[in-house]
Amino acid sequence: MMTEGIPLEYFLIVSTLMFFIGIFGFLTRKNLITMLMSIELILNSVNINFVAFNSYLYPHQMQGQFYSLIIIAVAAAEAAVAIAIIINIYRNFRSIETDKVDEMKY
Amino acid sequence: MDILSWFVAIPVLTVMAILFAKDLKQTRIISAIGMSAQLGLTTWLVYAYLAERAAGNAAAWLFKYDVTWFTSLNIHYTVGVDGISVAMIALTSVVIFAGVFASWRTDYLPREFFISLILLSSGVFGFFISLDLFTMFLFYEIAVIPMYLLIGIWGTGPKEYSAMKLTLMLMGGSALIMVGLLGVYFNSAPAGQQLTFNLNEIAANGIPVVAQQFFFPMLFLGFGVLGALFPFHTWSPDGHASAPTAVSMLHAGVLMKLGGYGAFRVAIYLMPEAAQDQAWIFIILTSVSVVYGAFGAVVQKDLKYINAYSSVSHCGLVLFAILMMNQTALNGAILQMISHGLMTALFFALIGMIYGRTHTRMINEMGGLMKVLPFLGVAYVIAGLASLGLPGLSGFVAEMTIFVGAYQHTDLFHRFVTIMATTSIVVTAVYILRVVGVLLFGPIRDEHHLHLTDATWWERLSTVTLITAIAAVGIFPLWLSDMINFSLRPIVERIVAAL
Amino acid sequence: MTNYSYTLFIPLIPLAMFLLIGLTGHKFKPIVSGYAGTLGLTVAAFLSYITAIRYFFIEGAVDGTYPMIKAVSTVWLRFTDTLHIDLGVLIDPISVMMLVVITTVSLMVHLYSLGYMKGERGFARFYAFLSLFSFSMLGLVLATNIFQMYIFWELVGVSSFLLIGFYYEKPSAVAASKKAFIVTRFADLGFLIGILMLSFTTDTFDFKTLTSLDGPIITSTAGASFMGLSVITWSLIFIFIGGAGKSAMFPLHIWLPDAMEGPTPVSALIHAATMVVAGVYLVARLFPAYAIAAPDALHVVGYVGGFTSLFAAVIAITQIDIKRVLAFSTMSQIGYMMMSLGVSGYGDHEGLGYMASMFHLFTHAMFKALLFLGAGAIIHAVHSNNMTDMGGLRKYMPITHITFLIACLTIAGIPPLSGFWSKDEILAAALHHNPILFGIGFGVAGLTAFYMFRLYYNIFWGTDRHYHHTPHEAPAIMTFPLLFLAVASVFSGFLPFSHMVTSDGKPFEAHTDMLVAIPSVVIALIGITFATIMYKKPSTIPDRLAGSIKGLYKASLNKFWFDEIYLFVTKRVIFAYISRPIAWFDRHVVDATMNLVGWTVTTASNKIKGLQSGQLQQYAMVFVSSVVILVLLFVYLISK
Repeated sequence: MMTEGIPLEYFLIVSTLMFFIGIFGFLTRKNLITMLMSIELILNSVNINFVAFNSYLYPHQMQGQFYSLIIIAVAAAEAAVAIAIIINIYRNFRSIETDKVDEMKY
Repeated sequence: MDILSWFVAIPVLTVMAILFAKDLKQTRIISAIGMSAQLGLTTWLVYAYLAERAAGNAAAWLFKYDVTWFTSLNIHYTVGVDGISVAMIALTSVVIFAGVFASWRTDYLPREFFISLILLSSGVFGFFISLDLFTMFLFYEIAVIPMYLLIGIWGTGPKEYSAMKLTLMLMGGSALIMVGLLGVYFNSAPAGQQLTFNLNEIAANGIPVVAQQFFFPMLFLGFGVLGALFPFHTWSPDGHASAPTAVSMLHAGVLMKLGGYGAFRVAIYLMPEAAQDQAWIFIILTSVSVVYGAFGAVVQKDLKYINAYSSVSHCGLVLFAILMMNQTALNGAILQMISHGLMTALFFALIGMIYGRTHTRMINEMGGLMKVLPFLGVAYVIAGLASLGLPGLSGFVAEMTIFVGAYQHTDLFHRFVTIMATTSIVVTAVYILRVVGVLLFGPIRDEHHLHLTDATWWERLSTVTLITAIAAVGIFPLWLSDMINFSLRPIVERIVAAL
Repeated sequence: MTNYSYTLFIPLIPLAMFLLIGLTGHKFKPIVSGYAGTLGLTVAAFLSYITAIRYFFIEGAVDGTYPMIKAVSTVWLRFTDTLHIDLGVLIDPISVMMLVVITTVSLMVHLYSLGYMKGERGFARFYAFLSLFSFSMLGLVLATNIFQMYIFWELVGVSSFLLIGFYYEKPSAVAASKKAFIVTRFADLGFLIGILMLSFTTDTFDFKTLTSLDGPIITSTAGASFMGLSVITWSLIFIFIGGAGKSAMFPLHIWLPDAMEGPTPVSALIHAATMVVAGVYLVARLFPAYAIAAPDALHVVGYVGGFTSLFAAVIAITQIDIKRVLAFSTMSQIGYMMMSLGVSGYGDHEGLGYMASMFHLFTHAMFKALLFLGAGAIIHAVHSNNMTDMGGLRKYMPITHITFLIACLTIAGIPPLSGFWSKDEILAAALHHNPILFGIGFGVAGLTAFYMFRLYYNIFWGTDRHYHHTPHEAPAIMTFPLLFLAVASVFSGFLPFSHMVTSDGKPFEAHTDMLVAIPSVVIALIGITFATIMYKKPSTIPDRLAGSIKGLYKASLNKFWFDEIYLFVTKRVIFAYISRPIAWFDRHVVDATMNLVGWTVTTASNKIKGLQSGQLQQYAMVFVSSVVILVLLFVYLISK
């Protein structure tokens, strides 16, 4: 396999980095699009984990890969819905900054 | 359908018919027809009840009807009436009938107003016919909730504040009642047997005294809040002052009676041992209510406040008499509920009518109205005289029965509170005459009032109905008192046995 | 036994008239109401006379005793098995006598008012109220039990309230009516408590049982006592408080002078002849109980009556308003009646005081009604109540003058007018039982003669005043009652009262005691002489005399400041120190506590709601950091 010789830890380090970059982005950015992108990063870091564990621990089974595929599908659907919402928000508020959208607060 | 369920059904049908009404005119005609039918049915019920009794039917509850509603918890829809509930139903019918005519000219959202009002009355009727505590509580809530809307939407003055205050305090009371009822339910049968909500079954099984000591004060206080028990009465002045006419009538006239009725029928009847033990605490509170309300009324300037404090005093007397727990005093308590219900409804109706003309309720801004509004003036004087206990009107009958009953206790404590309570009749005279003197007599203060017009036909109908009822109770009290007495006997035996 | 059930109609006819006039009066011409009311009363009076004649003369005493007959009785309201209020008609000597008094005076007042109230606004209303009053008063005297009496007691109170406040646009009339009602109401509280105590002890309301010699009240001498007096005594004292309120006894008298704000015929009927003697009637009704079971209570009655008669007589001397003079005179005379009851014993000649009291009640009703109606005629003529606006009226109003003079002589106790006989019996009874009270009564007799003639001379003699128009005699409809009552005042003294109305129902022989009669006539003549000297012609003596006893004069003129004292107590003490604080307490303590609960909840939720910012990132931050912390914690724990 392609990954032979690369230890599992490397994958995990990459995915952890990606995960926390995603978390960091999600927590700090106010822009909805950026936040959506951060969520994608988080999802993809999970994907990497799934695939990596699958091939290292159970090379003859496919569950991990299937889960990745499901996540990719869900992420796509989510992105579609989220972008639709964001566009609508933009139309209503002329902004996609999260702290500007506080009409329903309290 | 059985006869008693019609008492709930007619208001509900009326409400449904109102949904199809187009405007105020149709709405009020439908309401008037519905409530007239209710009054007619009540007359029939009173007649049928008395006829049954005259025929020698000595069962405690007549016209009983029972449907299982929720099997696993043994909740039933059980209805039945005895002399006391018949009397209360009659009171409610008269007051709601008069109330519909008193709100004949509701301009703002008339359909919604009449729907809430009549829905409320269906709750009250349901409460009085229920024998199952769960159903009773359900109807109780139906009666209390529309009040919020009625005051909050159609009220005057600081209506949101008053509506919120009234509803929250009554809900607080409801919470206590709820806990109390559940307490009763879980102690309603010996271990291992089917628990029940049925009033008579619980009474037959008896509740362990330990549980009684805990749940009696909850139920009594819970119902006491609705009965304006000191110090939980402050919703009454604000609530009544802000409420529209018919709502004040119905609330002071009937809803406050739910408190007294519940305290008596649920708290004391089911838990006589605890009642005997703890009565003294509540006797002190109620006798304070009686005197405190009366003195409080003396210095008020707003007509509705005066009447609200007067209600605190009179309803205090109801709870006071209930706590005396003997045949005569309890009879007096029921009579006082009816008497106070009728006369306070009359008061609020008249205040509403006067307010509708002068646009003020401050007595020092009015004067000499007798000259321009003779009909309303005379009716107001009659209401006042009923309130201060003039013989020939209902107040006298009730108060005297209470005082004679309360005086049957020989110990010093009861004697003292009884005499304290009797002093309220003098104070009542003071504030009633003060209002009558300032409001109706003397020279006219405001020249705009010179051109006021006297009562219209619907206002006359409303007041005359109430005055007739007041005079009927006051002049021929015996049939009512005997009807109540008959049903009180087994209850009193039970209470006395607990001593 | 004769059937007296028709007597039920005596009160019911006025009631029917009240309802008729009250409900339909405005549809007809006012005068129709007047005629209807008068007609109703005529029938009632006729029935009363028949009853009196049958009771006293045709049936007479049975076995030497006038029986107490319950003509009608029906249960009205049941309290317990034994305690129930009945409504009915009780026929016995005093109730029959009162029937005659009430219907006679009421009929005269009805007639008189046809002239006096002519053209007044509310003429129909006036007659409706008069009928209501007549009904209530008749119901009161016919009461078979103490609670029925209380019922009608309240009803006469309210009729009195309505009639005093008849001119309801006049603030002083409204104030007076309010005062009358509240003061008597306060006294009625005593009455009510007395009834409660009495009924609890004896287990009955019924007069017949209460007063019978083997009834519970008299046989049960034992029982709990409080402060040295038995429960029965206390209850009878409380009941007397009710009577004292209605009869304007000191210190509950303050309403009566103000009640003169009502139309004068009303003052004649209610505040002179009938309602104000209800207290006397009440004590007389329960007399056996007072005399045998509670002599201490009877002493209280006697002393209160004696003191009031003196107190009121002193005040009457200085009053200017002629109706007020008469009002204080009424108080004084009722005090006399009370005193007379107080010095009476039970049975036979011992009961002289009782007989004298009833006798005086009867004669007083006639001559005092006459005085008031005469005063009404005068006020009608000169349009003023003050004697300073009057003088020399004898020329203009001859009939009024003569009848007024007769009444003055009667009240002064000049033989052979009726007042002499009844007053004489009172003084004789007092002399035998209580010399102190006799002294008071004797002095009051002199004072009475003096102030009545002061009144008389000031009105009819002296100089003419500047009248707006020449005063003229009242119309015949008004003078007829005057003449009728004058005749009654002259001759009613010859009624053989001791053969009819006695404490135990048994007739006895009363003699005129010369030892009492002569001094009492002498002191009356002295009083009249003084008045003649001082007031017949304009003179400076009254002013000089007033100057020499300035303090007493001022005290008397201001009615010993009792109104002010009461006003102080009610306004300053009860209003300011009880009601206002309660109202304040209610708003600022009780209600504030409730609001505090609400405020606490709202404030707390306001504080907490900051956490619920709606910022997803904030939530996520909390979430993530919590997870990190928890993970670290677990790692730490596991590694341990």
